[in-house]
Amino acid sequence: MKINISKIIIFIFVGFFLLIFWLGLKKDNNYDTKNIIGNKIDSFQLSSIYSNKFISEEILKENKFTLINFFASWCAPCRAEHEYLLNLSNNSKDIKILGINFKDKKNNAISFLNELGDPYDSVGYDNDGKISISFGIYGIPESILVDHNLIVIKKIIGPIDQNQYNEILELVE
Amino acid sequence: MKIIFLFIIYVLLSTHLYTSENQAVLLEIYKNLRCLVCQGQSIADSNSDFAATIKLVVQDQINIGKNKDEIYSFLISKYGEWIVYQPTFSKSNLLLWILPYFIFIAGGLIILVIVRKSKDNKTN
Repeated sequence: MKINISKIIIFIFVGFFLLIFWLGLKKDNNYDTKNIIGNKIDSFQLSSIYSNKFISEEILKENKFTLINFFASWCAPCRAEHEYLLNLSNNSKDIKILGINFKDKKNNAISFLNELGDPYDSVGYDNDGKISISFGIYGIPESILVDHNLIVIKKIIGPIDQNQYNEILELVE
Repeated sequence: MKIIFLFIIYVLLSTHLYTSENQAVLLEIYKNLRCLVCQGQSIADSNSDFAATIKLVVQDQINIGKNKDEIYSFLISKYGEWIVYQPTFSKSNLLLWILPYFIFIAGGLIILVIVRKSKDNKTN
């Protein structure tokens, strides 16, 4: 039987393309956070929302675990997750919460915390959002759980819900 | 007097050239960065909050003397490879890089086979 080389080449060619398309369709192109988990957070310096003092990564080293929460007074989902932050602050001794106020007005942020309660051990102010980029933040609310070595254990995109609250508690216990 | 005048023109022109060169580099970087909160837009095309912040960060990094590759690796370390349109060369995207060459060679082979075949048919 005579082998038709051009047909074989076309067959391989088409098969190869189908394989590429199939692999491409299978791949999840949604942004995820796996690249940041396990990494050490960058050094940072933020001014406190309440005073002229600076907050840096050094204070996180004193805590067993720190939840870094990005919030703003203009962010509606931040209101939704606030009760979970208050519960975390009240129910877990091992976890401290650092709030980072994102592109907000200081007075509005303080009013927000006065109205809903302040779950944060300290609150830093990121008025232009540049610090948030070094945490891989692209919207708020977002939260990052780090240990005392400043290694990221978990990142939560969007408001913390009951499941994520339970997961955080499991991770720190 | 003439020398002072020429010097002022030189300073003005070189500042202008430096600024336009910087602008061109910034635009090139913005165009290669994906806006993660937009539908198919680059950072250059988008007016979103996220794009505005990324632009500020890129400007800062250029001002402190970082080059394109350093800026891309910084952003990739924070947001993953998805943030850049032009992916870096790695095992996982090897196919993407070699595919055009593969298509070129395979296409050439097919044409060669067809030409040879038609020549054989003519001689026979």
